[in-house]
Amino acid sequence: MAIPLSYNLRNLRTRRLTTILTSVGMALVIFVFSSVLMMAEGLRFTLKQTGSFENVVILRKGSSSEIQSFIARHQAYILESFPEIALWEDGKPLLSKELVVIISLPKKGSKKEGNITIRGIDKKSFILRPGLKIIEGRFPRPGTLEIIVAKKISESFEGLGLGETIQFGRRQWQIVGIFDAGNTGFSSEIWGDVEQLVQTFRRNAYSSIIFRLQATNQINIIKNRINKDPRLQLDLKSEVKYYEEQSAMMTKFLNILGTTLTIIFSIGAIIGAMITMYGSVARRINEIGTLRALGFKRRDIMIAFIFESIILGLIGGGVGLFLSSFLQFFTISTLNFQTFSELAFRFKLTSEIIWKSISFSILMGLLGGLLPALKASRIKIVDALRFS
Amino acid sequence: MAYILKLILRNAFRHPLRSFLTILSIIIAVLAFGLIQTFIKAWYQGVEASSPIRLITRNSISLIFPLPISYKEKIRQIEGVNIVSWGTWFGGIYKDEKNFFPSFAIDANSYLRLYPEYLISEEEKKEFLRDRKGFIAGKKLIERFGWRIGETIILKGKIYPGSWEFTLRGVYKGRDEYTDETQFFFHWDYLNEVLRNRGSSWTDHVGWYMVGITNPEKAPIVALLIDNTFKNSIAETLTETERAFQLSFIYLTENLLITIRIVSMIIILIIIVVVTNTMIMTYRERIPEYAVFKTLGYSGLKIGGLMVGESLFFTLSGCFVGIFLTYPISKIVGQMLEIYFPVFKVPFVIIPLNLLVSIVAGILATIIPIYQVVKMKISEALRNIG
Repeated sequence: MAIPLSYNLRNLRTRRLTTILTSVGMALVIFVFSSVLMMAEGLRFTLKQTGSFENVVILRKGSSSEIQSFIARHQAYILESFPEIALWEDGKPLLSKELVVIISLPKKGSKKEGNITIRGIDKKSFILRPGLKIIEGRFPRPGTLEIIVAKKISESFEGLGLGETIQFGRRQWQIVGIFDAGNTGFSSEIWGDVEQLVQTFRRNAYSSIIFRLQATNQINIIKNRINKDPRLQLDLKSEVKYYEEQSAMMTKFLNILGTTLTIIFSIGAIIGAMITMYGSVARRINEIGTLRALGFKRRDIMIAFIFESIILGLIGGGVGLFLSSFLQFFTISTLNFQTFSELAFRFKLTSEIIWKSISFSILMGLLGGLLPALKASRIKIVDALRFS
Repeated sequence: MAYILKLILRNAFRHPLRSFLTILSIIIAVLAFGLIQTFIKAWYQGVEASSPIRLITRNSISLIFPLPISYKEKIRQIEGVNIVSWGTWFGGIYKDEKNFFPSFAIDANSYLRLYPEYLISEEEKKEFLRDRKGFIAGKKLIERFGWRIGETIILKGKIYPGSWEFTLRGVYKGRDEYTDETQFFFHWDYLNEVLRNRGSSWTDHVGWYMVGITNPEKAPIVALLIDNTFKNSIAETLTETERAFQLSFIYLTENLLITIRIVSMIIILIIIVVVTNTMIMTYRERIPEYAVFKTLGYSGLKIGGLMVGESLFFTLSGCFVGIFLTYPISKIVGQMLEIYFPVFKVPFVIIPLNLLVSIVAGILATIIPIYQVVKMKISEALRNIG
């Protein structure tokens, strides 16, 4: 028969302060662990949501992001005529030719500059991204120097409010609308007329072409058509895949950072648990002797102490997760190494992060309790009962 | 006095295993703290390496826009300007994306004069200048891939498509520990020639200018003069000191750095929690003993002093060993992270910082047990059996 769990729980309650402190140590570790993972996941999720499964992105061959990509006008015209591309109500292909560049603007409250993505768009861009909503002002008129700014950008950068004008490329651009594109990368962008921007920046080329297919199974047909045409040195990807790839480098960086830090920190917390459990064993030698005399086996004693330590770990894990779950209310903005521009995103808690954190806290408890439990199980009954 | 020290030491070693574990956890915390600080310092490497007599002129819209090469002569004519050099971020990939290193197209002659911290032998420099398709690279980079002088290397262009061939003509070493030895430099003329043949719109454009000035105190004036020269032109400029330019990169990642700093505070909390736990367990075991002390006339605060002493003994000995270990371990970590951080050196500031944290943590850890000792009633404590 195993020693009842309530024995462990009562003991943890009696030595309240020690229980709390040991768990707090582990809670801090789990807090760091889960929050860094939540950051990486938030970033990945935001970029993943940016893409739509129906849209296809065309970039120059070998380019991994829109800012590195150049698509000449004649290439764009060839593409436009492909029969696989869906037609919109106006009888024209549902395809947008876009320009993506970065501009540096000062942030609010400091002179520090941030990099913002400016996307040159045409009429079809809004149809291809139905998630984008104007929340203040109106849509920009095509062919003008009117721009619209994402809400988050408008709030955190200087001079980007509705009705204000900003200057770049020797032109004055008027902000006629503030938009929100939900939890996506577009919510960190500025949009304006593509032809005006191409002229201003003297690029004379687009960065990317986004379109919708008549039927999704035609993706390979159009891919072959592109590959066969020597004039088109272009790559084709689903929009979802494209945006997911944009998060790969940062997600990897954050995951490595988070894991390394937590492993180091967890050693501290495991030792903390060990100290507590050794103390616990030392003070309960008489009790252990009594339990053994009552007929509990060495293995039962060991399991009981390991259980107790795992409970400590679980309390810590639970508290840590509880605290980090509040981070979901926060939005953080940072540079995405891959696109070289700011991206705002929310911390995101997933079931995977929850079970990872819980397993990690169980592991910490187990490792901290193993040696003390072994010691407890090795105590001889006679010695234990004689000890006082 | 001596007997107090003796008492503290004796007490500290009463439970050798527990003392060892407590000190071990502090060592790990100090080590983690030191490594995080080193990591943050490495982030600022470019700032550390910047010189006050160099200005950077870039396109005012953002760094991804180029400037015409014709600006070179106009900048040179500005008063206070000594050397004008220019470069372009090439962003080449060697075999695989994982093998990342920075690659630049530069004007070699002016660049090597403007950056005396890149040490290269006269002979290799001559060879490099002679070979249009030659390149030089830092010592660490050469060692990483085992390149030999005269070897031909192929880079895949991400921004400038195609395969680009270069021949290694020289190796540069850093003048001091802040110099990045992982960079790849080749001739801008070569890049430009190929772009011209392709009819690229980037022909005759550069990524940025590096401007050497004669007097560092005149830096703001020279910067203003340069920017005014190109005001209302097709490509307006933004000129700042090299330091400000490097800092602007760091600001971009500021929120990440803040996160890392917060995390390094949490490790301090973990130290405090572990030591507090040890001190509370110790206190609980010694309740009858402290009652005897009180009976002998010791005040609660004096017993508290003994506890502080014991706690400080733990934190400080952990601190010393931890600082001592930070150096060899950061060397190993630095080698692992070389691709991301060319310079990974422990900053001196961790020594006073760690000492301060250890002392504060040592004292904070005793607050709860001291409070308990002070309010302890002798009669009840003597009855306590633990």
